[in-house]
Amino acid sequence: MARTADGPAISAAALTMRFGSFTAVQDVSFDVSPGEIFGFLGPNGSGKSTVIRMLCGLLRPSEGSGHILGMDSSREAESVKRSIGYMSQKFSLYPDLTVHENLSFYGRIYGLGRRLHERMDAVVKQLHLAPYVQRRAGALSGGWKQRLALACALLHEPRVMFLDEPTAGIDPVARRELWDFLYELAGRGVTLFVTTHYMDEAERCNRLGYIYLSRMLLLGTPDELKADPRVTPDSARWYEAGLDGVEPPLEKLGKQEGISDVTVFGNTLHLLADSRVSQPQLTELAGGLEFREGAPTLEDVFVRLTRLAEQQRRQP
Amino acid sequence: MMRGLGGIIYKEFIQITRNPATLVITLLIPIIQLIIFGYAIDTEVRNVRTQVLDLDNTPQSREFLNRFRATGLYDIRGYVASASELESAIVSGQASVGIQIPSGYGRELSGKRPAEILVLIDGSNNTIASQTMSTAQTLGIRMSIEQLSGSSPERSLLIDVRPRFLFNPALRSANFFVPGLVGVILFLVTMLLTSFAIVSEKELGTMEQLAVSPVSRGGLMLGKILPYLLLGMIQMNVVLFFAQFIFKVEIAGSLPLLELLALVFVFSSLGLGLIISTIAKTQLQAMLMSFMILLPSILLSGFIFPRESMPLPIYWISALLPVTYFVEILRGVILRSAGMEALWDEALILTCMGLLLLAIATVRFRKTVG
Repeated sequence: MARTADGPAISAAALTMRFGSFTAVQDVSFDVSPGEIFGFLGPNGSGKSTVIRMLCGLLRPSEGSGHILGMDSSREAESVKRSIGYMSQKFSLYPDLTVHENLSFYGRIYGLGRRLHERMDAVVKQLHLAPYVQRRAGALSGGWKQRLALACALLHEPRVMFLDEPTAGIDPVARRELWDFLYELAGRGVTLFVTTHYMDEAERCNRLGYIYLSRMLLLGTPDELKADPRVTPDSARWYEAGLDGVEPPLEKLGKQEGISDVTVFGNTLHLLADSRVSQPQLTELAGGLEFREGAPTLEDVFVRLTRLAEQQRRQP
Repeated sequence: MMRGLGGIIYKEFIQITRNPATLVITLLIPIIQLIIFGYAIDTEVRNVRTQVLDLDNTPQSREFLNRFRATGLYDIRGYVASASELESAIVSGQASVGIQIPSGYGRELSGKRPAEILVLIDGSNNTIASQTMSTAQTLGIRMSIEQLSGSSPERSLLIDVRPRFLFNPALRSANFFVPGLVGVILFLVTMLLTSFAIVSEKELGTMEQLAVSPVSRGGLMLGKILPYLLLGMIQMNVVLFFAQFIFKVEIAGSLPLLELLALVFVFSSLGLGLIISTIAKTQLQAMLMSFMILLPSILLSGFIFPRESMPLPIYWISALLPVTYFVEILRGVILRSAGMEALWDEALILTCMGLLLLAIATVRFRKTVG
């Protein structure tokens, strides 16, 4: 199916989308290699969906271009649509149709023809849907609905999958199972483009892109992002301390010159301190807590860079 | 061009048979409407409640009242003793007509001055009022002629108007309403159901899913039209069957011609439904918009009121409604056994309307489906 065997599976080149005077997406570029899980993050309204819509061939970009497996998303939209799978955050199946009928419908839409039953059996097996085949889709629980949506999206064996917040509102067990399945797909060479708001899911991706105010702020592996110099300024360091039930003086720490990004993760206090504050001073300020050097989390990365972008916007 | 058509049709049929609302709309509503319009709406006026104040009380006055009774129009329910009682009977709604015969009526009948009879009519229902008035006047003229000639009235008439009804000789209301009703029901159901077709996908979020699939716009649109076209045609035949079975409205003309012209008509109502579907954001909005078109279609299409007596602006509005022409076709084929040579102009207008509406729907469809 792919015209260029070793080129990127998904490629965005200076994608720009304007709606009237509003610029929804500005100069966004990135490549995703075959078999990669690419995490696409960003606050709501930052332009995530618009990028996906342009890549899937639903919107013609104002400038730039998107390519899927070497095919131009807007000029070869029909071929692009046939080689991608799409699963959205919203449960977008027919609740009054059974699992079997939903699958049968999507199979027909993709023109599977004689292969319909073979493919239906395959996805039912892959996603363990067999016990629910005759059940109405509307009567399934959240996790099973997502499985069915995934099964429908996989019927035509797409090489590239777009998953728009696939785990929104499903329980942790179903979430874990879904991710296991996504790894399995990636292992078979399927390229996955996933949007999410969950940091632990972002950590699971091979590479991440972070879009904010229509622009791609960051692009790289989770480790590369954490090592970004903008996240940890010169001379500053990340510290963490176990709390063991001690109430940390958050307000006092937050007001201290040279300390920022004070957060609590479960049983750990996490903060950024520059050279004005030494490790013993920290312990003193925090009422005896033992600090050790830590690393920024992905959340730190996004929060700090969003703030930086916000400051730059206010004082051009 | 038509990619995905089979899949969409497959799904629509499952949804039609599974959704109780669709079945109610297609089967129950038409039958209820048929019964309501067929039985309840009756423009023939009979048995109008009448009170009498007979101050004369002579054989002549009683003879006069008998003639009134014999028309079948006036149902003399009772007698009152005074003029004020007669008036209050009408004000209170006990009677729609009050007949007052002054004392000396019998005497004046053979005298020089005309004998005066007062007929009070409740004008609030204009149909009853105009019928009772004209019948009372005709009766007065007839009795005057009889009185003057002293013999049977027909011989003495200078002009004798003899009406002969070519169609619907019994002047049954059902014959007038039922054919039009077939058209209104067909319009209602096909427009309403197609207007839900796209909106429901938008509401469910499945439109997005269809948009990223290789389904073509043509396939999606036709897939949304064909099942309802079939449903509409089945339904029209069910209604026609009931019309013959319950209301004894026989189809005088050619049934195949009727089916063909119905097919032409249905395209315009499907087109309207699709246009609504692309504009409305929810099914509720789609329903309200459908009723905005439906109401004038019922009231102005000539289904209930004759178009000829409408004020000119209203007449032109009625000319824009597809139902107007289909009601004309239905009455033509069912009652007057009209053929294509008599109905070609209506058929031509309907074809143009259907093509125009489907073209608009296609353009609108392209915008919303993306």
